[in-house]
Amino acid sequence: MKYAEYLRQDALPTLWCPGCLNGVVLASFIRAMRKSKIDRERTVVVSGIGCSGRMSQYLDLFTVHTTHGRALAFATGIKLANPSLNVIVFMGDGDALAIGGNHFIHACRRNIDLTAIVINNRLYGMTGGQAAPTTPEGEITRTSPYGNVERPFDLVKLAISAGATYVARFTAYHVRWLEKSIADAIMHKGFSVIEVVTGCPTHQKKKPADILEFLKSNFKRSDASFEEIRPSDIGVFKKEIRPEFCEKVWGLIL
Amino acid sequence: MKKKELLQGNEAAVRGALNAGCNFFAGYPITPSSEIVHGMARLLPKFGGVFVQMEDEIASISAAIGASMVGAIAMTATSGPGFSLMQESIGYAAMTESPLVIINVMRAGPSTGIPTAPSQGDVMQARYGSHGDYPIIVLAPASVGDMYRLTIDAFKLAFEYSSPVVVLSDEVVGHMRESVSLPPLGEKVECKGKVKNLFERKHRTGLAHLENGLPTTDLGEYRRLIERLFSKFDDLKPGVKFEGQKDAEVVLISYGSSYRLSKSAAKLLLRNGISTGVLKLETLFPFPEGEVRKFSKSAELVIVPEMNRGQLVKEVERVCCCRVKGVSYYGSLILPEELAKIVEVLL
Ligand SMILES: Cc1ncc(C[n+]2csc(CCOP(=O)(O)OP(=O)(O)O)c2C)c(N)n1
Repeated sequence: MKYAEYLRQDALPTLWCPGCLNGVVLASFIRAMRKSKIDRERTVVVSGIGCSGRMSQYLDLFTVHTTHGRALAFATGIKLANPSLNVIVFMGDGDALAIGGNHFIHACRRNIDLTAIVINNRLYGMTGGQAAPTTPEGEITRTSPYGNVERPFDLVKLAISAGATYVARFTAYHVRWLEKSIADAIMHKGFSVIEVVTGCPTHQKKKPADILEFLKSNFKRSDASFEEIRPSDIGVFKKEIRPEFCEKVWGLIL
Repeated sequence: MKKKELLQGNEAAVRGALNAGCNFFAGYPITPSSEIVHGMARLLPKFGGVFVQMEDEIASISAAIGASMVGAIAMTATSGPGFSLMQESIGYAAMTESPLVIINVMRAGPSTGIPTAPSQGDVMQARYGSHGDYPIIVLAPASVGDMYRLTIDAFKLAFEYSSPVVVLSDEVVGHMRESVSLPPLGEKVECKGKVKNLFERKHRTGLAHLENGLPTTDLGEYRRLIERLFSKFDDLKPGVKFEGQKDAEVVLISYGSSYRLSKSAAKLLLRNGISTGVLKLETLFPFPEGEVRKFSKSAELVIVPEMNRGQLVKEVERVCCCRVKGVSYYGSLILPEELAKIVEVLL
């Protein structure tokens, strides 16, 4: 497998810390791109701000690195203006669910044909390991020094409730499933969300191998119904065809 | 054939945008700019364009920039509070050199203020609202006709300079109806310049970046980028209009709805034997320093009437050597008689 043809050599090496799992997500995405056989010249990758937001600059595709939390709003403009493009959006969990939470639920509601890949390391990586809306209760971070008192979001349940038509969760350990899911999501017509659970060796002060071990032993494949989905379930939880937003908007044009 | 019509400023902006070829509008309703949103929603699909009502102003401007990056002729419209929300992305558009038109129909503030009262309180926000150093073009229409003409100019400039352009209107101009003869809807004006869209640039980022689009933290490169962004506007010819006596004793410098007040006041002053000139600024930024200096060179007194606490007057003070006085009023224009009286007292 040649990753090089999808990477911008002039942008390497990445700024990610040693052992960062963002590289695993990047590699899975590249394999998925090849698998899906979508036209590379018609693919735009949009990202937000954060460690995960740097995904776009390493890819040898048309790429846009936007502002914090607004990647989906930018992507909505790109896709609406030119629906023939394949638009893939990379966001961090803080990016997608805190500052960008509003855009996230509205993108789900509209069912616009975008693929949103949310890298969930359960904290804010780039700014130094603060609590995120996905940080488990009780967890100690820079901004929850006495243990996190907030209840975390379940990204999958949120996306399904808000109306996304393809919703999946995998981890950076389960890369084969992840890669297949990304390929499926890219081909899916409608708003697709893939949560990729990772970790942060730097701020969680864990060895990358221990993070992978944790992901391996805690996350279990499941086809639970909506009510039964647990945060440690991985799999594809929703796949549905519903009228797509761009088609409706372009349908108004005479 | 142009025929006379009774048109509102906001409606004229819609016509200007459509005739300029605008084919993407993302917005969120807010008084007193909503008529622009309504007009675009109704007319864009008929002209082959896309209208989308986003979830807020941050999303609206972001979507418009995204559309612009893939070649759309994009616009958004708002008023004060929404304009504040857009600021981060205005800086982003300047940094990524994304052509885009933003109409701000100013209302009385701060905060939610009086939604239906006019104001010119966003002048400095239009210029300096986003963080960091960046240049921007700001145009100020004073009439329904101006709303049409300057909206078209805004698109032309946005493409010529690959930059966001703000049309800074106010409630008086936006809501006022005037009898005008404008080119009919659908009479296209060519204004698509050479824009480097995403397909030529490959990577776009709001980070300091090199020519190839990749981020850099090299201070020399950063300096070069900022210098280049500013120097793009060196050849921009600002829109100004001077009326009245040359070498006038008193020069009224104004923009937007205050310009109309100045014109009427100037007439009264002339009648009272005071030689008066009126300089109308259609381009507020880059600030037309040369023109302001030129037309006020031999004046004894320069007056800047503004519907705010005194904003543009500071720019005027900076470049004029004579006495400069601001005249402030809030929430509505004052009567020309009052302005004339103030000028006479100050003289
Ligand atoms: C408007 C704004 N607020 C805050 C920041 C600072 N900031 C940069 S990245 C980030 C959070 C990053 O966390 P996440 O989105 O989870 O991504 P990660 O770095 O973990 O991949 C924050 C708060 C910013 N750049 N812009």
